[in-house]
Amino acid sequence: MLAVQDLAVRFGGVTALESVSFEVRPGSITSVIGPNGAGKTTAFNAITGYLRPTGGRITYDGVGLTGLRPSSIARRGIVRTFQKTSVFPALSVEDNVLTGLHLRGTAGFLAVLAGRRRLAAEERALTAEAAEIIEFVGLAHRRPEPASALPYGEQRLVELGVALAARPRLLLLDEPGAGMTGSEKLVVSGLIRRVREQGVTVLLVEHDMRMVMGISDTVIVLNGGRVIAEGAPAAIQAHPEVIRAYLGGSAASA
Amino acid sequence: MTRAGGFFLAVGALTLPLWLQSPYHVHVAIMAGIFGVLAMSLNLLLGYTGQLSLGHAAFFGIGAYTSALLTLKLDWSFWPALAAAVALAGAAGLFIGRLALKLRGAYFVLVTISFAGVVSLVSVNWIELTNGPLGLPGVPAPELGPWSLRTKTAYYYLVLAAVALSYVVCRRLVRSRIGRALVALRENEPLAESVGVDVTHYLVLATVVSAAMAGLGGSLYAHYTRFVSPEVFLFTYTVTMVIMVVAGGKGTLAGPLVGAVLFTALPEALRAAASWQWQMLAYGLLLILLVFFLPRGIVPRLAAAFPGRR
Repeated sequence: MLAVQDLAVRFGGVTALESVSFEVRPGSITSVIGPNGAGKTTAFNAITGYLRPTGGRITYDGVGLTGLRPSSIARRGIVRTFQKTSVFPALSVEDNVLTGLHLRGTAGFLAVLAGRRRLAAEERALTAEAAEIIEFVGLAHRRPEPASALPYGEQRLVELGVALAARPRLLLLDEPGAGMTGSEKLVVSGLIRRVREQGVTVLLVEHDMRMVMGISDTVIVLNGGRVIAEGAPAAIQAHPEVIRAYLGGSAASA
Repeated sequence: MTRAGGFFLAVGALTLPLWLQSPYHVHVAIMAGIFGVLAMSLNLLLGYTGQLSLGHAAFFGIGAYTSALLTLKLDWSFWPALAAAVALAGAAGLFIGRLALKLRGAYFVLVTISFAGVVSLVSVNWIELTNGPLGLPGVPAPELGPWSLRTKTAYYYLVLAAVALSYVVCRRLVRSRIGRALVALRENEPLAESVGVDVTHYLVLATVVSAAMAGLGGSLYAHYTRFVSPEVFLFTYTVTMVIMVVAGGKGTLAGPLVGAVLFTALPEALRAAASWQWQMLAYGLLLILLVFFLPRGIVPRLAAAFPGRR
């Protein structure tokens, strides 16, 4: 499905990613972990077109993605969320999700100006679809409220709703559990599982090991801009290099 | 806005010339209407996409000159000249939109200001075409079939139709997925891109529509004052539009209209009440008070005071 080959990103003299290769199998939940500065978000930015890689190839179903703008990549079914909470702050929860449904709408400029009757039907259908998504992420009681007025954890759910509205086939989540309470993280883990059950492939960057190990099929470990390990959660937990990367060399034997 | 409120507003606007005592008052109403079109045009960019065009007088002036030149030099009649003014201003908007493709915020402001500067210089210096600083007198009054729209009352209705048309265009755009895409650009551009909104495409679209609308205002202005000179490119016009949009409520449909009526009528009222220096002082004071007490504008404040009405 998604294949990353020899991906390299350099900022001037700093190498953020150096020849990273991995694949994401369709229908899987794949997690990318690694210490701060390992290049996880950089990899996300490169895959989704927010950053032009210095080298390497990113393909999706065999088609190259490098050089495409984020909106064209989203059009191909790859949708991401952001590490820092990212919503449309002044808009209501409903309008946030409706904006996420942009690609589901078809109304063009002339049709809008002409005020075609068909448009009203499309708007109703989109509003119904938005309501369904808001229900799914559990924010039905917040629908008319501006996103900026919601507590942090709920804003992250809005963000997830906006991403789901774009009907991704591959969903990239950048630390969806960051800053959440334990119970909120359980809710998010449950949502990610349900999203996968609906046929969406999930690629995840996350620091919370319990969450990662609980939901992932495959875990990829980045350190210093390279992949140091890849495998099932249990194998990764026992992997000596991973333990060294996370706990430091001397602690590995402890 | 509620249905009844809209109805009364429409009836009021349609019968306004009957209520107004003198042609001077009708004149003020006409200017308010022309500025209403201009303010709505600016609001489309500033209020919805969040991008400030400080060269909006350029589109206004291009509309005015196009219409004046076509009727004066090529003997076109008013309606095709009006259409050409709208089209040419829209084309200028396309040019600016494409130029500003990757530019946002302060850079967008700079490009629009520079563009207005260049167009203004052309109007002063291309004397064979524009008659330079002397301007173009004798722009003909519009005609509708056998009737001349020379009288102020007739012109009022022409302007009212333009206001209604611009309002409908704005309303339909804003309340569609296109409007949501414009607001998404204002609210959070990277997020908009991530869900497939081609932000640049919609910014260009908004610039074209906005510029075309300003061109409409320009043509109406030219055929009303019957005289066009490089003064139409004055920065004051742009500033006036910005004040109207911000005071009325940017990003609202009614805001620019409220702002246009207020800030056209107010200087006229002040003119009757005080000497020139005091007018400017009172105008400035009122602006400061508005910004201080109604930072988001009049319409959002009213909407908050009367929930359920938008």
